[in-house]
Amino acid sequence: MTAPVLEIDDLSVTFPVPKRGGWPWTKPDLLHAVSNATLSIAPGETLGLVGESGSGKSTLARAIVRTVPASGGTVTWKGQDLSKMPPDKARAHGRHVQMIFQDPLAALNPRMTVGQAVAEPYITHYPDTPKAEVRRRVQEMMEKVGLLPTLLNRYPHEFSGGQCQRIGIARALITEPELVVCDEPVSALDVSVQAQVVNLLSRLQREMGLSILFIAHDLSVVRHISTRIAVMYLGRVVELADAETLISAPRHHYTKALISSIPIPSPKAERARPRPILEGELPSPLSPPSGCVFRTRCPAAQPDCATRTLHLEEIGPGHTVACHYPLGSEALRRVKPEL
Amino acid sequence: MTTPLLQIDDLSVKFSTPDGTVSAVNGLSFDLDAGETLAIVGESGSGKTQLAFATLGLLARNGRAEGSVRFEGREILNLPDEKLNAIRAEKISMIFQDPMTSLNPFMRVGDQMAEVLQLHKGMSKRRALDESAKMLDAVRIPDAKSRLRMYPHEFSGGMRQRIMIAMSLLCKPKLLIADEPTTALDVTVQAQIMALMADIQRDFGAAIILITHDLGIVAGACERTLVMYGGRVMETGSTDEVFENPTHPYTLGLLKAVPRLDVPQRDLQIIPGDPPDLTALPPGCPFTARCPLAHEPCPKIMPKLETVTGTHLRACHADMEDVT
Repeated sequence: MTAPVLEIDDLSVTFPVPKRGGWPWTKPDLLHAVSNATLSIAPGETLGLVGESGSGKSTLARAIVRTVPASGGTVTWKGQDLSKMPPDKARAHGRHVQMIFQDPLAALNPRMTVGQAVAEPYITHYPDTPKAEVRRRVQEMMEKVGLLPTLLNRYPHEFSGGQCQRIGIARALITEPELVVCDEPVSALDVSVQAQVVNLLSRLQREMGLSILFIAHDLSVVRHISTRIAVMYLGRVVELADAETLISAPRHHYTKALISSIPIPSPKAERARPRPILEGELPSPLSPPSGCVFRTRCPAAQPDCATRTLHLEEIGPGHTVACHYPLGSEALRRVKPEL
Repeated sequence: MTTPLLQIDDLSVKFSTPDGTVSAVNGLSFDLDAGETLAIVGESGSGKTQLAFATLGLLARNGRAEGSVRFEGREILNLPDEKLNAIRAEKISMIFQDPMTSLNPFMRVGDQMAEVLQLHKGMSKRRALDESAKMLDAVRIPDAKSRLRMYPHEFSGGMRQRIMIAMSLLCKPKLLIADEPTTALDVTVQAQIMALMADIQRDFGAAIILITHDLGIVAGACERTLVMYGGRVMETGSTDEVFENPTHPYTLGLLKAVPRLDVPQRDLQIIPGDPPDLTALPPGCPFTARCPLAHEPCPKIMPKLETVTGTHLRACHADMEDVT
C-alpha cells in the first residue's frame, strides 16, 4: 500500500462551554466534539465519513483544514505534523488541502463575480502569476466543472444551487490540491442535480488524481462515491471498512440501525425488509455515556459496556469496529443469540 | 359514489414579482378520498408547497390562486379568513418542515397546544391541558405532563416535530397536510417520525398528503403518488405503479438519479440541466428542456393526463415503450 497523504492519529477536539449560572471564572464544561479519532486517506482514495448531526463529522473536517484547533492527537500530512508547521509553511500548505461546503450560495461572496471568486484562491497562493495566466486557468477550470466561461462576469445570485456548487468546486480545485474535504456537498441540492454534482466530483477525482474526504449524512450517496467509509457517533469513529463491506455486512449495531433507517425508493423493497427503529435520542456530548457511547440506545448493550474501555479493533481485513459485542461475533451469540 | 374528501380542479397559483409573474402551480387537478395517503413528490420549484398553501389560504400577499378546491364538497379556495379558520386546524391541519420556526419560542408547549383547543373547541384551560398531555402521550413523548411546562428550545428536533404532529391532531382533523415533515431531521429520527405517522393514520383515520422530495419515504409510507414538475402533474397512480412501472421520463429520471442501498453500486444517471425558470415556462411541457425524449409538440402543447392502466395516469407525448 502507498503511504497515505493524510493521517489523523488519536485526534480530539473539545470546545469550552460556559456553565449555566456560573461565574466568569467558573471553569467551563468541555464539549467533546471529536474523541480519539484515527483515520488515514490514501492518494486517489475517497474516504466517506457518515454520521448524524452532532456526531462530530464537520468538526473533524474543520480540524483537518485547521480552522478549529485540535486539543489532542496529531494530523500528519505526508509524514509532517501539521500542528508543528511554522505559520508561513502552513499557509503555503493550504493549497494542497481545499474544502467544498454544504451551502453553495452562502460559501460565495455575493459581491464578487464568479470569475473573481474562482481566481481568488489561485491569486492567494500564487500571487506573482500574470493576469492573463490567471484568466486562462479560471476559464479552463470553469470548463472542467461544466460551466460556460462566458458566465465569468456574473454574480452568484444569478446561478442555481447546482451551478453554485460547481463554482464552489472550481474554486476548490483551481490550486490543484491533493486532498479535497467535502462537507455535505450535495445535501442542499435537489435529487436530479445531486447526481450531476456527485458524478462531476468522481470524474474530476479520476482526472486530477484527488484524494477526497466526503462527509455526508446520507449513507446511500456516500457509499456511491467512497472507497472506504467511516461511521461516526457522538464524536467517535465506531466502524471503518471498505464501502461494500460496510453496507452489506456491518458489524456495529449503530451502522446497522443507520442502514435500516435509510428509506429505499421502491415500495416492494420497503415492504420486504425489516425496519428496526432506533429508539431514543442522541445523548448530550457534554456528558457522554461512560464506556461505549452507543450503549444507551444499543439493542445488544450489556452491563459491562458501561465500564470496559473501548477501542477500534480489527475484525476483518481493513475492517475495524469499536464494539464489545459486534454483529456476527461469538461474544454476541453468547449474550444475545437472536441478534 | 361518495364525494371525495378533497377535490382540486384546475388550480393555478401565480405570484406577481418585480421580475415578472411566477407561475408556481398550473392547472392542477386531483382527488383525495377520506383516509387515503397521497404523496406529492417534486423538487424545489415544482409548486408542491404552494399547492398546499393555496388550499389552506396561506399564500403570500402577492400570490393569487384560481380554479377550485372543494373540501367535503364545499368550495374553500379564496374563502375569507374568518370562514377558513373554522376549517383550518379543525378539519385540515398542516405540519411544516421546520418545527423550530413553526412553534412560538416564547410560549410553553402546553399553552400553545391548549390555545388550539380553547379557540376551536371552547374548552377550559384545564381540560385543554389534559387533552394536550394525552396527545403528547399519543405521539410517544415520555413524561408528557411535565413536558407541557417546557419551552420549544428545550426539545430536540425530533421531539419538536412530534409536538407539531400532536398539535395538528388535537382537533382530530380529517386531512393532515405534511410539508417535508422529516427533511430537517436525521435519518434515524426520520424513521421514528415516519413510523409514528403510520400509527397516527391507523389510529385517527385521517387522510394524509405528504409533500416531499424524498422518493424513499414515499415508497414506504403512501398508497398513492403524484409527481409534480414546473407546477404540473407529470404522473400519478398507486405508489406501486409509479415506482415499479414509471411511464414518464421525469419520474424515471428521478428514480435513476437516487443512489440505492439495496442494489449493487451503479452509475448514477443524471437529469441534465437545471430546474425550470418559473417566470418563463413554455406553453407546453415544462420538462421539455431536460427531457431525453422531447420532440416537436413538447414545447408547444402541454400533453393531457391520460390513463395508462386503471388509476395510473401520465402527461407525456412520448411513446410509452421509449420510456425505459
